Amino acid sequence: MAQVAGITWVSCGEPLTARRVGLCKPGLCARSQIARQMMSRPSNLTKLHYQSRRIDRQQTHHRVNRLFKTFIFGIILGALGAGALMYFAPAVNLHRERSLISVQPNGGSMERFQINLPRDRILVGLAGVEDSIPAGLDWPGEDFLGDMQAEAFIVRNENNAVVGVASRVASSTEETGAFIEWVVHFPARGTMYVQMELTPAEDGVRDGVLRAGTQDFLPLTGRIREQFVSEVDDGDVQGRIVLEATLAGPLGDEE
Amino acid sequence: MRYFVALLIGMLTGAVLFGAGFYYNPFMNQTMISPLAVTNEKVIGLSFSAVPQEGILYTNNGDSVPAPHPKRVAKLLEPAVSDTTVFVTELHDGSGDLAGIGIKFSSRSERTRLFGGEALANSAWHLYLPGEGTMLVDQTENYWPYIREVRIPARLSSGENWRGAFHGIMTSGPSALGTARVSGGSGLFSGLESEAVESLTARGYSAVQGPVSMTGTLTIVLPRVESTDE
Repeated sequence: MAQVAGITWVSCGEPLTARRVGLCKPGLCARSQIARQMMSRPSNLTKLHYQSRRIDRQQTHHRVNRLFKTFIFGIILGALGAGALMYFAPAVNLHRERSLISVQPNGGSMERFQINLPRDRILVGLAGVEDSIPAGLDWPGEDFLGDMQAEAFIVRNENNAVVGVASRVASSTEETGAFIEWVVHFPARGTMYVQMELTPAEDGVRDGVLRAGTQDFLPLTGRIREQFVSEVDDGDVQGRIVLEATLAGPLGDEE
Repeated sequence: MRYFVALLIGMLTGAVLFGAGFYYNPFMNQTMISPLAVTNEKVIGLSFSAVPQEGILYTNNGDSVPAPHPKRVAKLLEPAVSDTTVFVTELHDGSGDLAGIGIKFSSRSERTRLFGGEALANSAWHLYLPGEGTMLVDQTENYWPYIREVRIPARLSSGENWRGAFHGIMTSGPSALGTARVSGGSGLFSGLESEAVESLTARGYSAVQGPVSMTGTLTIVLPRVESTDE
């Protein structure tokens, strides 16, 4: 029993601001008591009416308050989730082909790459030549580049799977010295910068040396052999450039 | 149900707020000054148009912007190279004269951490300068400032284009000072080990066509190279 606003209230175990009126037993909750009082004491009808309205407002306010709290919790959860996703999920996940490497008896490893011609040609730039590749190529003039030839290729492993791209630049009339060079770029592994000898061996194989490497190839040294194979029995392949890289890490590596 | 909807809307709002905070983060500023600005060594600057259609050749997987150039160039469709681009361009010296040819291979890097404002690419320039020699420039580039200040505004624009002034140092490594590593090949550059930096200046970009007005500059330190005029 309690006296509020001059009215005797019968307790139903829930305060007037009962959070869950619907859970009270019918006739015992605050709202029902107000109704009873209204019936029994008409002089307090106005007060009771405002009390009832106040309870309704409080209940509505409470419901909205909980929704708002849920919304705020969602904001925090969303921000944390976005941050965690950005932090932990890899933005870039490069495709890797299995490396086909064979260990050499004197240390190091050997890996063979191949370029199928003409399918894997991206660029053939040579001054003074009409049929450059691709069609529509606007290659600078001979007066500037001399006989410099630049080529770009798609590079495959021994299983004929594409693993990278490469450029081959050569000039025999360069005034500071003739050169033949390769840059072989493997997206998931790094880049090899190779300088080739100008004169190939009698068997047509040209030797070269790894001048510099990046990423996985950074600590490596070794030799690269270039060979053009003209007789290839593989569909539309008319020829093949084979690059054989024999590379080794520095001696005395600390474990 | 209404609580679930409130939670869902809250999460979406949170994610959007995080994205906005990340996008406008003032602590992720673009490097404007080259680490090589204070070097005492001889420096050469090689500029090139970064608009693929103004270069000699550009190719990618064919689905990305910008489109390959010329149209009939082979595309890099296979999974191992689908995140790689090949760009061949003329290089000009400080006076605007043709100085050489550059072939640039660029691949998205797995070290990319957007949370730290790093959209990285590993790239290698194979350079030939007639009368001087050849070299390799190996670098890690951070494209996040470029994406944030040029590409995203272009995408959000109603006309899907961006016009303005952007200048930034793209090179962020691999050397300790955030410079590229240069390995000389033939000619005067034989045996050279040096540093370089690549910068990008953009004035126009289309979300549909790619760069519209954009130039790049390679600044290379040449500590031992003597001029051919001497």
